[in-house]
Amino acid sequence: MMTFFIQLLNSIQYGFLLFLVASGLTLVFGIMGIINLAHGAFFMFGAYLVYWLTGVVDNYFVGILLGLPIMLVMGYVIERLAIARLYQRDHLYQVLLTYGLILILNELQKILWGSDFYSVPVPAVLDGSIALTETQAYPVYRLFISVVCMLVAAGMYVVIARTRLGMIIRAGSVNREMVQSLGININRFYAIVFSAGAALAAFAGMIGAPVSSVYPGMGDQILIISFVVVVIGGIGSVKGAFVGAMIIGLADTFGKVLIPDFASMAVYATMALILMWRPQGLFGRA
Amino acid sequence: MNTRASRLIRYFLISNLLLLVAFPWVGEHFYVGLVMNMMIFGILAMSLDLLIGYTGLVSLGHAAYYGLAGYLLAIISPESEAVSIWLALPFCILGTALAALIIGWFSVRTSGIYFIMITLAFAQMLFYYFNENTDLGGSDGIFIFFKPSVTLGSITLLDLDNHIVFYYFILVCMLLVYFLLRMLLASPFGQVIQGIRANENRTRALGYPTFYYKLVSFVIAGSIGGLAGFLEGMHGGIVSPGHLGWHESGLILMIVILGGMGTLYGPIMGAFAMIFLQDWFQEITVHWMLLMGVFVIAVVLFLPRGIAGLIEDLAAKLDKSVTDSNRPATQKNGESGDG
Amino acid sequence: MPKESRKGFSRRSFLQTTAAAVGATAVGGLMPASFAIGGSSKVRIGILLPYSGTYAMLGNSITDAFKLRVQMGDGTIAGREVEYIPIDSEMSVPKAPQNTKKLVDKEKVDFLVGPVHSGIAAVMAKLVGPREGPIMIVPNAGSNAVTGPLCADNIFRTSFSNWQPAFPGGKVMADDGHKTAITIAWKYAAGMQMMDAGKSAFEQNGGKVIKDIQVPFPNVEFQANLSEIAALKPDAVFAFFSGGGAVKFVKDYAAAGLKDKIPLYGPGFLTEGVSKAQGAAAEGIRTTLHYSGDLENSANQAFRRAYDKAYGKMPNVFSVQGYDAAALIINAMTQVGGDSGATGDLINAMSGAKFPDSPRGAWHMSAAHNPVQNIYLREVRGGKQKLLGIAAKDLEDPAKGCKMA
Repeated sequence: MMTFFIQLLNSIQYGFLLFLVASGLTLVFGIMGIINLAHGAFFMFGAYLVYWLTGVVDNYFVGILLGLPIMLVMGYVIERLAIARLYQRDHLYQVLLTYGLILILNELQKILWGSDFYSVPVPAVLDGSIALTETQAYPVYRLFISVVCMLVAAGMYVVIARTRLGMIIRAGSVNREMVQSLGININRFYAIVFSAGAALAAFAGMIGAPVSSVYPGMGDQILIISFVVVVIGGIGSVKGAFVGAMIIGLADTFGKVLIPDFASMAVYATMALILMWRPQGLFGRA
Repeated sequence: MNTRASRLIRYFLISNLLLLVAFPWVGEHFYVGLVMNMMIFGILAMSLDLLIGYTGLVSLGHAAYYGLAGYLLAIISPESEAVSIWLALPFCILGTALAALIIGWFSVRTSGIYFIMITLAFAQMLFYYFNENTDLGGSDGIFIFFKPSVTLGSITLLDLDNHIVFYYFILVCMLLVYFLLRMLLASPFGQVIQGIRANENRTRALGYPTFYYKLVSFVIAGSIGGLAGFLEGMHGGIVSPGHLGWHESGLILMIVILGGMGTLYGPIMGAFAMIFLQDWFQEITVHWMLLMGVFVIAVVLFLPRGIAGLIEDLAAKLDKSVTDSNRPATQKNGESGDG
Repeated sequence: MPKESRKGFSRRSFLQTTAAAVGATAVGGLMPASFAIGGSSKVRIGILLPYSGTYAMLGNSITDAFKLRVQMGDGTIAGREVEYIPIDSEMSVPKAPQNTKKLVDKEKVDFLVGPVHSGIAAVMAKLVGPREGPIMIVPNAGSNAVTGPLCADNIFRTSFSNWQPAFPGGKVMADDGHKTAITIAWKYAAGMQMMDAGKSAFEQNGGKVIKDIQVPFPNVEFQANLSEIAALKPDAVFAFFSGGGAVKFVKDYAAAGLKDKIPLYGPGFLTEGVSKAQGAAAEGIRTTLHYSGDLENSANQAFRRAYDKAYGKMPNVFSVQGYDAAALIINAMTQVGGDSGATGDLINAMSGAKFPDSPRGAWHMSAAHNPVQNIYLREVRGGKQKLLGIAAKDLEDPAKGCKMA
């Protein structure tokens, strides 16, 4: 029973991490209609940035604060230079453009930081653990991650549902021309959304870095699973991404424990089942 | 496009074909092998073009059929002798067709981004199935030790172990697929699926059960992808989960766009260009991925209609300046290599 | 098309050719008559290793050390200039046949060095093994099959078989007094072969493995498995992960509070080259491997100094494997007077090769062409590998299924 409870905790915890990565993706995905394959590469860049900056300033939190503006700028520049030219085109071209971005960002990572494996130490204030059973303890830092994820979820909800920016963004995702004809420069908002998405991905990489490790190719692994989360939840729905992340957290954790031979397939089978039942995802617009 | 311009394109394609026919006699051994790879990818890209360029379904899981056929060939091939092609080929093609039927049954109900994602999900499921199935070699993959034999009774019709025979075998397969798809697209069925791409609701309103048309198109594309996988299994002699991974699916998608979707011959050229560039970039720098990334982005931004678009524009321009129309055509010839 | 493809190299290869020509003229008088058969004046080394993606570190370590070994001599192989032709394997099995054929058929390399991935090793062995191809030196891929069923007279390995570092690990675990254990590894060839070896040694010595956990490769989310371990409470855990997965597993294991209650053992890759990234979480982990950074033999000391000077960092076991790959080639080439065309003589020289002064200590080639070598017991102390002793002396892989052994 205790083990079941702990596995449930593991599921939720993993779900939170997935949500953090997927939230930026669903934002860009849903609001701008852009399939951003480079999301995983942004995640990786975040992890490397915080590794590098933490080394420079010797403080993890300052490292995050310094790293986020870099990612915002990077996202903004990429949107203006490349993505902005593709809004009128088929999804296909976005898939390919961002595929090209992955190649470039992976190579840049190699040039900037080399091919060694790194890690970021857990900040001292959060370095502790709570005993769950006589053998297993729960790291405080993982609880911290969960809290941060909840804050991000709440923050996104407030911005999108309650602010003027959110209103414009929502309107723009439904009818771009209409919003533009109202005299609002939707293009600039799209640039903001894209750079926010990039920063969110990087933020997830930064927050995850102390419990993970920082290594080349780490973005590729997280990318596909984030897409699964977003699609299950319904594209563009932050609430959906949250529920989707929890479902995948459960499927992955219990898949590993109950059907270890098919653990990886469990996640994708779950996705296929949900899409058969609701082709537009749990909270997606038809 | 008028008939004159399309005739120019036809001449261009025929001259390329002649180059391909002649290549094994003049090319280095390694490059003959590389061209075989290119032709196999050409077949694969044409099959995806049927989905993307003609039916309007963007699949990011097309490598699934390519890899699956390879696994089916490995399964049916005994370790110590060659399997008969009369058994292996139908087994692999029908097997992939069945997989495409099942996956398509669930997938073609969705569209747009959801279709992209659900095809990806099914391909990933297959990827992990093979990745974790240790009986089939797990992540290392599994060998196909002998190429299937082509015999009639006790007479060997084709010796596929012969480099040059195998080259022409692949070339003939590629041409067959090309003309088969051309016929299909000219048929009433082809007209309907192109109608679906243009406007699905209208096609449905005209009384066509679009779901079944899309499904059939999906199954045909999957089967041809299976043929490509069958050939690659023979050529490379190994099939691994990497063959069905999303990187491979992304590569095929890139090839179709680079070549020019909705043209059939374009994706073949895309395959030639892409595989050549991969090979070449690797030789000029260790940071070849950077070059490839920049190249991919440049194609997306500046060459949305791909190589075929370029050729069509060129042909149209040539057509206008009626005089001296042969020279620039041969120039273009050299540029796309032996494509 | 093919003709232009090497344009990027033209200037450099011109310089190299010129230099080689001058060199060849200078030593021309000393060359044996058979030299002409050996091909061009340069020894062509084809390298197929990962230079991108998660395992790029391994590829770089091997390549760097290989080149360093050549430099530590007189910069030549038996008096001949060396030309390296590296290809990024991308750890991609689909591309492996093409990449191998490129090195063999087009580049016509004298020696083929690679790979890291055992699937790619199988492809290379299959393409190179049965014919008069170049001699293949495997500087990492540990798949038992390479020097087992796939063994061939022109395939040599300078690294290890998966069985080698794992088998003594299981015995160490039993000798430390542990009765029950759980094995955990990625579910792929290396993981499963190492777990099998460790488990059999542990059980031969009176232990009992109560559960084998196989994590989907390359998944790095271990929480669910750690909770299983905590619930089953074995005496010890025997684990294999490498690279980023090793860093994360060891850190997660410590963070879950398991480290002090259930000691962690494993083949040395668990902490090799990554113990700095693992930090305090790796303290006290005992592993077995065919190398330890603090080996006191002079060859190791010299190698570490030279490596540090050349690349600004310390070598790891992968570097040593690359170093010995170069040593194997240089040694054999010297014996045949630099004639890379004398394949039969080269194979004979390599088959009987003995290396009394490798950085890893003395080793020699087995009949199956796999190193017979010491497996050391190491423990992480203060972020460094501390040598505790020899876990197995001159350990030879059983080479199951190899016709030559």
